[in-house]
Amino acid sequence: MSAPAGSPQRAASARMQPRLGGAAASGAAAGPGPAPRQQNGPAQNQMQIPSGYGVYPQNYSAPSGHCFQGPGKMTSLPLDDQCGDYYSGLYAVPTQNVVTPKTTNQQAGAQQIYGRAPPAPHNVGSTPEYFQGAASSASHLYTSASQPYSSLVNHYSGPAMYSANSSAVSQGFPSTCGHYAVSTVSNAVYPSVSYPSLPAGEPYGQQMFTSQNASTVRPVRDNSFSSQNTALSHPSPLPPPPSQQYHQQQSLSGYSTPSWSASGPPSTQDNLVRNHTGSLTPANNNPTNTVADSLSCPVTQNVQPPKSSPVVSTVVSGASSARLPPTANHLVEPVASVTQPSELLQQKGMQYGEYVNNQASSAPTPLSSTSDDEEEEEEDEEAGIDSSSTTSSASPLPNSYDALEGGGYPDMLSSSASSPAPDPAPEPDPTPAPVPTAPQPSKVAKPFGYGYPTLQPGYQNTAAPLHPGGQPCSPAYSGFQQYTQQYPGMNQLSSSLGGLSLQSSIQPESLRPVNLTQERNILPVTPILAPIPNLNLDLKKLNCSPDSFRCTLTNIPQTQALLTKAKLPLGLLLHPFRDLTQLPVITSNTIVRCRSCRTYINPFVSFIDQRRWKCNLCYRVNDVPEEFMYNPLTRSYGEPHKRPEVQNSTVEFIASSDYMLRPPQPAVYLFVLDVSHNAVEAGYLTILCQSLLENLDKLPGDSRTRIGFVTFDSTIHFYNLQEGLSQPQMLIVSDIDDVFLPTPDSLLVNLHESKELIKDLLNALPNMFTNTRETHSALGPALQAAFKLMSPTGGRVSVFQTQLPSLGAGLLQSREDPNQRSSTKVVQHLGPATDFYKKLALDCSGQQTAVDLFLLSSQYSDLSSLACMSKYSAGCIYYYPSFHSTHNPSQAEKLQKELKRYLTRKIGFEAVMRIRCTKGLSMHTFHGNFFVRSTDLLSLANINPDAGFAVQLSIEESLTDTSLVCFQTALLYTSSKGERRIRVHTLCLPVVSSLADVYAGVDVQAAICLLANMAVDRSISTSLSDARDALVNAVVDSLSAYSSTVSNLQHSVLIAPSSLKLFPLYVLALLKQKAFRTGTSTRLDDRVYAMCQIKCQPLVHLMKMIHPNLYRIDRLIDEGAIHVNDRVVPQPPLQKLSAEKLTREGAFLMDCGCVFYIWVGKSCDNNFIEDVLGCPNFASIPQKMTHLPELDTLSSERTRSFITWLRDCRPLSPVLHVVKDESPAKTEFFQHLIEDRTEAAFSYYEFLLHIQQQICK
Amino acid sequence: MEAVVFVFSLLDCCALIFLSVYFIITLSDLECDYINARSCCSKLNKWIIPELIGHTLVTLLMLVSLHWFIFLLNLPVATWNIYRFIMVPSGNMGVFDPTEIHNRGQLKSHMKEAMIKLGFHLLCFFMYLYSMILALIND
Repeated sequence: MSAPAGSPQRAASARMQPRLGGAAASGAAAGPGPAPRQQNGPAQNQMQIPSGYGVYPQNYSAPSGHCFQGPGKMTSLPLDDQCGDYYSGLYAVPTQNVVTPKTTNQQAGAQQIYGRAPPAPHNVGSTPEYFQGAASSASHLYTSASQPYSSLVNHYSGPAMYSANSSAVSQGFPSTCGHYAVSTVSNAVYPSVSYPSLPAGEPYGQQMFTSQNASTVRPVRDNSFSSQNTALSHPSPLPPPPSQQYHQQQSLSGYSTPSWSASGPPSTQDNLVRNHTGSLTPANNNPTNTVADSLSCPVTQNVQPPKSSPVVSTVVSGASSARLPPTANHLVEPVASVTQPSELLQQKGMQYGEYVNNQASSAPTPLSSTSDDEEEEEEDEEAGIDSSSTTSSASPLPNSYDALEGGGYPDMLSSSASSPAPDPAPEPDPTPAPVPTAPQPSKVAKPFGYGYPTLQPGYQNTAAPLHPGGQPCSPAYSGFQQYTQQYPGMNQLSSSLGGLSLQSSIQPESLRPVNLTQERNILPVTPILAPIPNLNLDLKKLNCSPDSFRCTLTNIPQTQALLTKAKLPLGLLLHPFRDLTQLPVITSNTIVRCRSCRTYINPFVSFIDQRRWKCNLCYRVNDVPEEFMYNPLTRSYGEPHKRPEVQNSTVEFIASSDYMLRPPQPAVYLFVLDVSHNAVEAGYLTILCQSLLENLDKLPGDSRTRIGFVTFDSTIHFYNLQEGLSQPQMLIVSDIDDVFLPTPDSLLVNLHESKELIKDLLNALPNMFTNTRETHSALGPALQAAFKLMSPTGGRVSVFQTQLPSLGAGLLQSREDPNQRSSTKVVQHLGPATDFYKKLALDCSGQQTAVDLFLLSSQYSDLSSLACMSKYSAGCIYYYPSFHSTHNPSQAEKLQKELKRYLTRKIGFEAVMRIRCTKGLSMHTFHGNFFVRSTDLLSLANINPDAGFAVQLSIEESLTDTSLVCFQTALLYTSSKGERRIRVHTLCLPVVSSLADVYAGVDVQAAICLLANMAVDRSISTSLSDARDALVNAVVDSLSAYSSTVSNLQHSVLIAPSSLKLFPLYVLALLKQKAFRTGTSTRLDDRVYAMCQIKCQPLVHLMKMIHPNLYRIDRLIDEGAIHVNDRVVPQPPLQKLSAEKLTREGAFLMDCGCVFYIWVGKSCDNNFIEDVLGCPNFASIPQKMTHLPELDTLSSERTRSFITWLRDCRPLSPVLHVVKDESPAKTEFFQHLIEDRTEAAFSYYEFLLHIQQQICK
Repeated sequence: MEAVVFVFSLLDCCALIFLSVYFIITLSDLECDYINARSCCSKLNKWIIPELIGHTLVTLLMLVSLHWFIFLLNLPVATWNIYRFIMVPSGNMGVFDPTEIHNRGQLKSHMKEAMIKLGFHLLCFFMYLYSMILALIND
């Protein structure tokens, strides 16, 4: 099937199917509805196949007469149920408990990005505060750490903060039960989080500012409002006229509270932004301003009311400085240090001007033209449903489609699982501090003492803990003391506006210069969140979840020259087929796509009027088909912009027969098993057959599912499982030079019809070859046979191999020289030895067959050659070094668990993925397991939820005439139920023109993953040392480019923007990773496997592999804990990966993604050993312990719930190793402590010095 | 004798020119998505060795017939051809590998290479033509 998803010839493929119209019209609404409705659509589609198949589509836009019918019929159908379901499904929030922190986090993150780099600490921190209890003083402790900037701000944004907080409190939210006080959380969090960005000012403040104020205002009742105002009068630079202000208040308070609760993101921000968009009406002209001022400074209201509106309408271009938030402007303007009021006003005006302009260009009429009231009502309606649906219980992650069908807001809310976001717990918290500051300035001043200038440079006094009082995080956030000292107290801060302009050099938080060599604890104590693109609220809320789609630069540079100057990699990290708990599924006759570039309609297109939309990738103006005018969500006509396609950046379409080149294939599984002596000895067959027997019914598929088995040693054995046989029949083919299929029809059999025979075979298989003396392995011929068997249908081939293939085509020689394992010089043989497997993989890929490789071997098996069979056929690779079912139980357990996941996870067949991006950008290199069929089309024979991809981008044409760029991946696949589906993700990012903005928007995790992918390529194509040099150079180049262009501090110190502060650490971690390390003994297969994983793991898992998380678990406390399914999950802070953090008195958990280590110190508290490990003392802990006993003690419960929670966050449940201090296994654990020095590699500090040296050169 | 050498070179050069054009057309087909990478690469890889032989032959012929200038002119290109052929990694399917041709701008560099070769062969063509006529006149 060639490019059904997108080739230009298929441009017309979205044609309307008149025959489908009647029955499936309901499908337009049915998407996420109940199952029966859902199945209607697909069934229809299948029936269409014969006719639609191969016929060239006629015309894109159907005749209007017919189209009119569509909606008409739809309405006549019993839609009520559907729509009801749709509502609740679409915006359903999985669990209250989980969601609460989650949503807020997301939100917080969304705003926070503008301000500063270390996103995690701030926003996350803010959550627990309100979450647990607004008054919990405990968290104030943390806050001190992150104060330096926020304190500065206090005096202007303080009032806002204060009001927000006080309103929350005064309304009496029961803040102590976190999962309950939903609305409190959202209210409180908004202002507090966005708040630090104010001082940071610069290009980021603006929208955030809005949101902050808005959220602050909303919950506030009129009374409290005014009282606060009087209490905290604050000379604002630009207060609006009272009338305006009043209006604004009105409109804001018009929002119903529920709309802010739980799923705040979908609906409420919308409102706010609408207000923005409605900027043409005088009342709304200056929402930011009005709101801000109304809150903070009623007294000085009348300064320059009229000024802003004229500017709004005139100034359009808006340099980056023009984006400054009004207040921040005064303080922060980094370059200009403008103090003249008039100029300020100008700038401010420009800011709005640009904002408005943005809005206008991105989503003009429909959004802004509708009157506010109307929309609010709708919003409220939705919101009401939102909040009601939050009560539904947590839906565990479904693997089946049925469970997925309930559409929903993409998945912001979904898994605390895969996102690093979820835990809001113990955190340096910016918010609490500002809150008390307003009334009690003295409190705030304290934390600032921790600025590093007064400290010894961290690395010189190694062991001594720098900060008493249990604030592990404080130095990391201490920032610049000089600033903080300038404005130690509230009084001073609020004294004069003139003083503000002194701080001209403050930059957004993500640009805050960090002195790497002096910042001792660079690692934040909570997982790092993805930075949120600096978009306006409307777009931000619609944007694709960073779990599915991330870009290394969240601010796209305008030109290639700028990108080159920044010396940062530009690329996308994709996880397109991720398990989602909420996914809007759309069944529609017409899938609306751009007629020229075939982009799917998405939230970032602009509607020119009701009937036309403008593509956001190629800017072509397209017609809105008639059917699209009807909105199943609101059951109303004429609101194309409210359709779920336009409200969600992750959607799934049920595709019609136009998207098929052949009828959807059934799920076909073939197992190719090595049964040579070596394999039988290792004993994997027992585990495999057992797993298969257990999961036979859970294999994804429908009634057509087929399954087959092939075993091989020096000959190839087929199994005839045809229904009606009394027992499985084994057919042996010994002619391995010219393999043929003995009975082509009966080798792949229907799973349901022949279930008994299959079970018989699985029961017999482990014992069939026990006495074999055959040591040879004819893998190549077996694969050829498998290919022949599969080629009529396509499907999945699972190959189990335990040694080097030694017979027939594709035989391999041992290439590894064990003496070279720890060589520091050349590592050879990283590339494949033969092209046999590559050719085979391409053949398979052409026949929609993917080959998954399970390599269970004790010696070298040339994984680099064997892996090719999976790499290019979009399979996956599993490797179990020194596997033995009895001698190596942990590997056996791992195989068992991974098999379970492997067999039951979702699967998509005959898939293609196309990635599109805005004109001007182009993709040039792809990473992952697939075959690139044409420039932007990846051919994926199978797609599984654990596959990640990376794409490198370049900027071909200057992006000066656009302010936003979009990326869209469309994954067209056949589900295991035989439906053709298209999953579409769209990501929208802003374009910036200054280097500083580019640095401010770096997503360091994405960048490191992309670099890792590039380094793998490099080490295979040239050499490992080359790749290592390139990695180091990546750091050196970007940091030196930063210090020479953006930072104006002296060059003798190693300065990084805060957004990049973890860059050197991660690169060092990469250099010490199995894939790239030198000097440490690394088996070639291990190294190659690590490289394979880098290439095909999604970002979340890859990051854990590169930089594991270390937690101290012997003193878990409930403070900051989150609640998941009525379970309390403690959230211990992250420790840096250094032996310095390990104390003999403690026990530590290291989360390496696919494996957990619990390191128990020698003099660890006996209580812990008894209560958690169930052993009387340290000495009695067994050497190989892989499970924690279920003890009925509090600490055991906490530990287990924490580990379970970590496990639930990922698809594979990792194996747990308990490592005693001074046991031989501890090297396994210690090799992950990447900040420490090893005999062959730098410590982190040495590495920094090395970089500094390189930069100075 | 000299005329014969140049007549042969001329014919060989024509063949090489056609080959370069074929390379360019096929690569641009791939660029425009008219054929897929697999078939493009297998088409092109077939012609790598003929091209190599054809060009090496002319180069050697020039060496043997003591036309130093033309030999030196041809030498770098011949060396590049041989180098490229030898340096193909063992796992690749030839100079053009379908799995890598879309990566790291390989397609573009292949295209550029084919263009340069076309120019070079055209230059040689006229030189051979000139030399041939000169040789014929001298005879």
